[in-house]
Amino acid sequence: MAGLDDLYQQLILDHYRRPRHCGVLDHPTIAVDQHNPLCGDELHVTLRIDDDRVTEVAHTGDGCSISQASASMMSDAIVGHTTDEVLAMIEHFRRVMHREVAADEDQLGDAIALEGVAKYPVRIKCALLSWMALKDGLLTHMVNQQEGR
Amino acid sequence: MALTADIDPRVLRLDFPILARVGDRPPLVYLDSAATSQKPTAVLDAMDRYYVETNANVHRGVYQLAEEATARFEAARDSVARLVDAPREGTIFTKNATEAINLVAWAWGVRNLAPGDVIMVTEMEHHSGIVPWQIVAEITGARVVFAPITSDGELELDWITHTLRTEPVRMVSVVHVSNALGTINPVAEIARRAHEYDALVLVDGSQSVPHMPVRFSELGADFLAFTGHKMLGPTGIGVLVGRPEILDGMSPFLGGGEMISDVRTDGSDWAELPWKFEAGTPPIAEAVGLGVAADYLRDIGLGAVRAHERALVSYAFGALAEIDGLRIYGPQDPDRRGAPISFSLPDLHPHDIAQLVDRERVCIRAGHHCAKPLMRTLGVSATARASGYIYNDASDIDALVHALHAARSFMGS
Ligand SMILES: Cc1ncc(COP(=O)(O)O)c(C=O)c1O
Repeated sequence: MAGLDDLYQQLILDHYRRPRHCGVLDHPTIAVDQHNPLCGDELHVTLRIDDDRVTEVAHTGDGCSISQASASMMSDAIVGHTTDEVLAMIEHFRRVMHREVAADEDQLGDAIALEGVAKYPVRIKCALLSWMALKDGLLTHMVNQQEGR
Repeated sequence: MALTADIDPRVLRLDFPILARVGDRPPLVYLDSAATSQKPTAVLDAMDRYYVETNANVHRGVYQLAEEATARFEAARDSVARLVDAPREGTIFTKNATEAINLVAWAWGVRNLAPGDVIMVTEMEHHSGIVPWQIVAEITGARVVFAPITSDGELELDWITHTLRTEPVRMVSVVHVSNALGTINPVAEIARRAHEYDALVLVDGSQSVPHMPVRFSELGADFLAFTGHKMLGPTGIGVLVGRPEILDGMSPFLGGGEMISDVRTDGSDWAELPWKFEAGTPPIAEAVGLGVAADYLRDIGLGAVRAHERALVSYAFGALAEIDGLRIYGPQDPDRRGAPISFSLPDLHPHDIAQLVDRERVCIRAGHHCAKPLMRTLGVSATARASGYIYNDASDIDALVHALHAARSFMGS
């Protein structure tokens, strides 16, 4: 078992085996696709935003344990937060992956378990996939809002 | 345990210091030679000796040292030409196989293709056999078509013949052995058919030249590209072999020093073959290393390498069949495939497979293997791939099988 326990923590395996918020929302405010050109993983994220708060989120796709678990943990973490808070969480997670800051459980929830992925450069993209999809979607949504669309 | 009479990996392994790295417990099980091979001491020493004993720029100095450097560089060309039975003036050093294919795409393609012309590649091509042609097609107005594959991962020869007959195909660019499927393509037969319709043929030998006898003189192809680092040589050096009469008619690819016979303010004249296509100071030590790698392979004998790998693949098929649900892509008959074995498990993503078997020091590759059109045809985003070479034996396959079982139980699936 030596070596990989950081990467494959129980909490990660649990989210991988029983992903939360799996699926596709019917009338999403935001729908985004993201794929990892390196490994071909694909992810579809939908979310509902009411009064600038994320009220519902769902993800579906094809990916490794790290990308699947990360999407599940992210979904858990963001529900109930405002779009600005979510953007801050995304930025925090990104910096954790690049080992710029230590992970803050208040911000990340279960996703704090992904901190060990930072030691596996090739897998960082897997962990970031859903978060980057979410960021893309939120930014597009905010631009659209400003333009009154 | 040796799988064939002529190759004993336990003995050959002694030539590859990396396979016995101090501190590797258990020792490294390297099954990713399709990505890059390991390098024998003979190659590493030759490169060192080149710098220690004869370093000077080639083709330039009049002093003794420079002549020695040039002699070693050109002797390396002879070794490589001998390995694939090619004329030395048609044996061009490039940076890698990718650059070799780009050389043909730019130096031949851009100047010879016209709007409406067709470039035929295959669905199992490595990206380096696709993207250069797409770029050239964009410039020239030519079209790239993809020869389809059967469910067994073999080319549909009837489709190829039909397209040659009905479309203005000018170039057929085809991989000899697929890095992602292992398929051995009948390139001599394809070349014969292509020539009936006046199309040129480029064979990507990146996965064949290191692993089986390939004689350019018998292949019937116009160009053969391969890469040094997959055939026991260093990175930074590859080869394009071309028929001299075709290379003669082509303009240079890159311009600069080395590749000219005269430079004037009103224009320049090109050097003779093969130097016309070798602009600038070449990777001299790398060429020397590749020359020694070619000699090393010739000493073992590529027929023996092929027999060994066929036996290894056969053994692997038997051993991997024990793993529930494991699916192997490409031809199922060891006679029709080379060393790479692409596979998947229904319950584990290839990334997780490769990461988890690494716990047992087993190195395999996971991903799209630079063959995304193929992955789409197969309907997968990635596969895991184990690829053996002369230093692998049945014990390495056993280690892989053991590691796959362990990966499964770890993930609790
Ligand atoms: C079939 C095939 N063609 C071309 C290449 C490209 O080789 P290189 O990256 O050395 O140019 C590879 C290596 O990945 C290959 O497997």
